[in-house]
Amino acid sequence: MIRLLVRHTEPATRYLLLAAGLLIALALPWLIYPPVAMDIAAWALFAAALDLLLGYTGLLSFGHAAFWGSAAYAAGLIALHSGLPFPVAVLGGAGLAALLALPIGYLSVRTTGIYFAMVTLAFAQMIYFVANQWRDVTGGENGLQGIPRELFGLDLSDPFVFYYAGLPIVLFGLFCLWRVVHSPFGHVLVAIRDNPARARAIGYPVDRYKLLAFVLSAALSGLAGGLFAISHGFASLQEVYWTTSGKAVMMVVLGGIGTLWGSAVGAALVVQLEDYLSTSGFNGIGIVTGTVFVLVVLLFRQGLWGAARKLGTRRAGSRRDGRASDVSAAVEAQPAPASSALPR
Amino acid sequence: MTNFLQQCFNGLVSGGFYALLALGLAVIFGMLGVVNFAHGAFFMLGAFGAYLVLVEAGVPFWAALVVVPAALFVLGAILERTLIRRLAPFDPLYNFLLTFGLTLVLQDAVKREYGVQSQPYPRPAELAGTLDLGLFDYPAYQVFVLAASVVLCAVVWLVLTRTRIGMVVRAATERPELTRALGINVGRWVTPVFGFGVALAGLAGVLAAPMRAVNPLMGADLIIAVFAVVVIGGLGSVFGSVLAGFAIGLLQALGNLYVPALSQTLIFIIMAGVLLWRPTGLFGREEART
Repeated sequence: MIRLLVRHTEPATRYLLLAAGLLIALALPWLIYPPVAMDIAAWALFAAALDLLLGYTGLLSFGHAAFWGSAAYAAGLIALHSGLPFPVAVLGGAGLAALLALPIGYLSVRTTGIYFAMVTLAFAQMIYFVANQWRDVTGGENGLQGIPRELFGLDLSDPFVFYYAGLPIVLFGLFCLWRVVHSPFGHVLVAIRDNPARARAIGYPVDRYKLLAFVLSAALSGLAGGLFAISHGFASLQEVYWTTSGKAVMMVVLGGIGTLWGSAVGAALVVQLEDYLSTSGFNGIGIVTGTVFVLVVLLFRQGLWGAARKLGTRRAGSRRDGRASDVSAAVEAQPAPASSALPR
Repeated sequence: MTNFLQQCFNGLVSGGFYALLALGLAVIFGMLGVVNFAHGAFFMLGAFGAYLVLVEAGVPFWAALVVVPAALFVLGAILERTLIRRLAPFDPLYNFLLTFGLTLVLQDAVKREYGVQSQPYPRPAELAGTLDLGLFDYPAYQVFVLAASVVLCAVVWLVLTRTRIGMVVRAATERPELTRALGINVGRWVTPVFGFGVALAGLAGVLAAPMRAVNPLMGADLIIAVFAVVVIGGLGSVFGSVLAGFAIGLLQALGNLYVPALSQTLIFIIMAGVLLWRPTGLFGREEART
């Protein structure tokens, strides 16, 4: 997170970085093809929401497509049948995702580690089968098509214009995540990640915290998924398929686990890479993305943002007292270099 | 009644595939602490391998039953040596992610070469007809698959419990440090065990080739169902995985008969119930929860 990066830099740099991030977000559709810019924004929110679980709570969910996808369907259905403004439809999608996350999360947080990943993956597959069978509602293999973008009669058909209509939703979601991570609640999550037994001993109901983090993460993933469906005008089975969950995990790991902004960078890179591959007519995108993922996991586990931070801390450390900071030596096996701010 | 029994048979046949795959997963997890996401991809490679050696070299089904798993054993051993071993010191989730990446690569590589349409694979002539099982006729090949999966699981079980190799593997699974302290070279067994698990998945793939559609995606959905089976049986429990495999196959077939709407989701509903009742799985131990 910014605060971690900035801990060793001047306060002014913090705002500079934030301003730079905002500027990039605003300028994105000028720099690249606007629909791709919208995809990046939606996936960035999705990946950052997943990182709340993976990076800050220490739970690898491999089933977040369930929330992204069901919100896509819900938002699409609301927009198709009610004619409400699209942000309402997107919020409705997020609401459904949160509702779905309650039972799934309740059952999943009873497990940890690799078990948690398998269980969430299995539940997401169940949602996939439900979406596949419930043809009257979801359209089965055809999906939902012709989802309108309604906003007080404004003309949003131009993807360039729509980007600026959708961006506030993404920024709102990222702001929520940022607030959560830096709240006392967020610090408890980090404590649970680093030492669940101790957090329990101090008196925190660990499973309830995990469940709340799970629901929050799902709701924000749903926000992203709903926006994605509205921006594409359709919602398909692909949105609930396990490859979608894996893609989000890939973005988080590539950007750096436990760094919200890193997830956004990872999302931008993966979306760009896939867009490049599909427009160049390459058949078999998974060969490239899978190889990239394997290489990242093998050689680059701290991710892009993690590497940048390591560089930053090392420089700051040597400037201060000529010693390399211990933070840079953070154990790679840990999901993230901890900000380990236990509650006082 | 006949219909009921026939469904039971169907269930046990597909349960055999669950059991074989879950068995390989459980053995690998026990020895390496790795959940192999690519297990479904290896299953698919097994089926595709059988198809390829038949089309390219005219190798018949019975020879493919030996050749293809052997080739997959080598592939598994190479992957373990070059990739999986490197991540052994770190959180096991990294190897889960690594094998996920491998799955994407393998699946899309096959898809790129051969497309998504299913390839035909003929039944071996010896098993082409049906068998009279008293109450009804049943395809001989399916009977063979069921028998083969039961025998294979039993053989693996015997090897694990009755031989010296099995003893070492089980000891290394339960207490790696202590086993090492007793002078047993645990590291030597890691590669063969991983290769064996992969070969088992490949063998299941060869068995599936004549009765299921041979296409690049055949392993993808199956592996997630197998994950649910393993969660139900208890990760790390070989016996639990196999038993849950057959039981889930049976229940799914019966569900198909009585509540067709639930046929695909039933397995996950059962998993939810098991998680409520015993989060470590029916036969899992507390230690398996890492």
